[in-house]
Amino acid sequence: MENRLSMSSSPHIRSDASTSKIMLDVLIALLPASLAGVYFFGLDAALTIIVCVVSSVAFEYLARRILKRSNTLSDLSAAVTGLLLALNLPPAIPKWMAVVGSFFAIVVIKQLFGGIGQNFINPALGARVILLVAYGTKMTQWTAPRGFSGTDAIASATPLGVLKEGGELPGYLDMFLGNVGGSLGETSALALIIGGLYLLIRKVISWEIPVIYIGTVALLSWILGPEGFMTGDPLFHILAGGLMIGAIFMATDYTTSPMTRKGAIIYAIGCGLLTIIFRLYTNMPEGVSYAILLMNTAVPLIDRHTKPKRFGGGAHV
Amino acid sequence: MKLFKGGVHPPQQKNTTEMKTVAMGVPSVVVIPMVQHLGAPCQPKVKRGDTVKVGQLIGDSEAYVSAPVHSSVSGTVTRVDNVVLSGNQPVMCVEIKPDGLQEVFEEIKPPAVDSRESFLSAIRASGLTGLGGAGFPAHVKLNPPKGTKVDTLIINGAECEPYITSDYRECIENTDGIVEGILHVLKWTGIEKAMIGIEDNKPEAIKALSQAVSDIPSITVHSLPARYPQGAEKTLIYALTGREVSSGKLPADVGCIVMNVTTASFVASYLKTGMPLIKKRVTIDGSAVKNPQNVEVLIGTPLREVFEFCGGFKSNPEKVVMGGPMMGVSQFSLDLPVLKHTNALLALDETQSRIPEGSACIRCARCVRACPMGLLPFELDRLVDAKKYEEAQKIHIMDCIECGCCVYACPAKRLMVQSIRIGKDYIRRNTKK
Repeated sequence: MENRLSMSSSPHIRSDASTSKIMLDVLIALLPASLAGVYFFGLDAALTIIVCVVSSVAFEYLARRILKRSNTLSDLSAAVTGLLLALNLPPAIPKWMAVVGSFFAIVVIKQLFGGIGQNFINPALGARVILLVAYGTKMTQWTAPRGFSGTDAIASATPLGVLKEGGELPGYLDMFLGNVGGSLGETSALALIIGGLYLLIRKVISWEIPVIYIGTVALLSWILGPEGFMTGDPLFHILAGGLMIGAIFMATDYTTSPMTRKGAIIYAIGCGLLTIIFRLYTNMPEGVSYAILLMNTAVPLIDRHTKPKRFGGGAHV
Repeated sequence: MKLFKGGVHPPQQKNTTEMKTVAMGVPSVVVIPMVQHLGAPCQPKVKRGDTVKVGQLIGDSEAYVSAPVHSSVSGTVTRVDNVVLSGNQPVMCVEIKPDGLQEVFEEIKPPAVDSRESFLSAIRASGLTGLGGAGFPAHVKLNPPKGTKVDTLIINGAECEPYITSDYRECIENTDGIVEGILHVLKWTGIEKAMIGIEDNKPEAIKALSQAVSDIPSITVHSLPARYPQGAEKTLIYALTGREVSSGKLPADVGCIVMNVTTASFVASYLKTGMPLIKKRVTIDGSAVKNPQNVEVLIGTPLREVFEFCGGFKSNPEKVVMGGPMMGVSQFSLDLPVLKHTNALLALDETQSRIPEGSACIRCARCVRACPMGLLPFELDRLVDAKKYEEAQKIHIMDCIECGCCVYACPAKRLMVQSIRIGKDYIRRNTKK
């Protein structure tokens, strides 16, 4: 009975962590923001989510098949990318554009660079920016949230748009709850924070990137206020636009963020700094996507200069 | 206290904590390898047909870095030949058919120790090796190279591997023996003080030893947070003294010698009785074992008979590991013998033995956070895969202590430490003249 014993090199036990469990946790953490998006922007938002997720998964399957690589649907990363893409798009985007976005995210940015773990920029954010360049008008038409006076007005403005173009700024409570114009899943700070806390508790992400990123934006937006030093409105800046979803879900993407704590701190500060520069000193109302994408490309450089301190490498002997 | 960075918390599985040691008795055969230590192999001192008694020298070497081996039974030598052991290399072994009488060799008597030199030669004659795992000859360890000044004897009772409780049982069952052994070592080597480090998941052991040393100022007991690999030499020295042993250096270079609790107590027992190292307490556990327990086993006993003593298997033993699940060595046959430094034998069922399929690295950095040596396991894995050994050496592949934390933590189930072993081996073979 014991004639044949398996041989293997130690360790002989593994933790129960797995890629698919991590991705499932991210999907769960995105649930509040997804529900908030559907609540505020209606069933069309739900359709956008479904189209993005289904097309991302389909592109992942087809790309792996055509490239003759193993099937990776079960790691759930394509579903996560699809959902993140949907949450970063206008709720009422034409669905074929959403499919184009999924194609860029999954096929061009992820699979052509080698698949999971190999892409050098965040697939969902990269796709969003490509869509923004290609279809600028449709990508900046914001659905008015539920209860907004103009009923189903399509030409609502985001808080940052109002800030740039002028007009009446929304209240903090509406911004906190998500009752403002914006991308499908970015408007409800409350829902995003709940998801972020879930990821922290499950140890899927560490606190450094979201807290330092948001903290940097708060600090700089206060210091660099419109009326001179220390006159800014940090609360407005952290609740507005894509900062919450960017800091909690996009900047924390494993593949495109640094490997060490020190690196993560530098990266988060860089994201915050660039976000403020884009928001305050360019023609664009929002800069989170660009800030994260630029910092994504700086990650190899950051990693090279923030290696962990090696044991015994000090002056001891 | 200094806490090392990284590490992991595997489920402790210390199921045998409360199980008193049971002596197994004489097996049907013993196979005693001539190499059970790091260093030169011994030459057999007996031949086929010889009768031997318990404690009789059966193998020795002229080399300094070596440890003699003794018969654990009385009986007749039936074979002296090369046997392939779990290192996959043939090792000269002496096979003895026990007569069951366990007659003690006539020349066994307490050694005369009156100086450092006579102490060290007594330790050598006892066949003692580090009983914690690596099996380094004790007399070599206790005689640090010229130019080093050792001020601290570190006694390792951390026992951070899951399952294993054999050192814990030593702390409970032979508390005074440990203290006595430490005092002998301090006395004859001239080291000023000893520090005993035990993980805080073993409060009874900490209590027992603290009481035993309460009026001995030169020995202190320290509770360490339970975290694997707290009991690795480097992390233990760091926790107790704050000193870091660099890659390629010895503990003696930072003024320390590390000894396992069971090694220490054996010193006392040998000086008292003169009986060499012929038996060992072994934790028998794992999902396939019927009655997990701590067993006192004669060295050379086939693994099969040890498991049979524990009621056999309750399910098919798919994998048998000598040592703990994090760093133990899988065995290819149940006919292989128990060695001097065997502290545990684990029989794992099919589910527990399954090696999960690896997938692409997702750069989650769990391996980086888990590495107690501050390395980049994912990067070393990648470089070895690409055969870029020089680059791997530049980012300190040789610092890896092979604790396995990276692989344990990895969600993509990558075989990082396994790659690193291949890389280290390649580099060693290609840098030796």
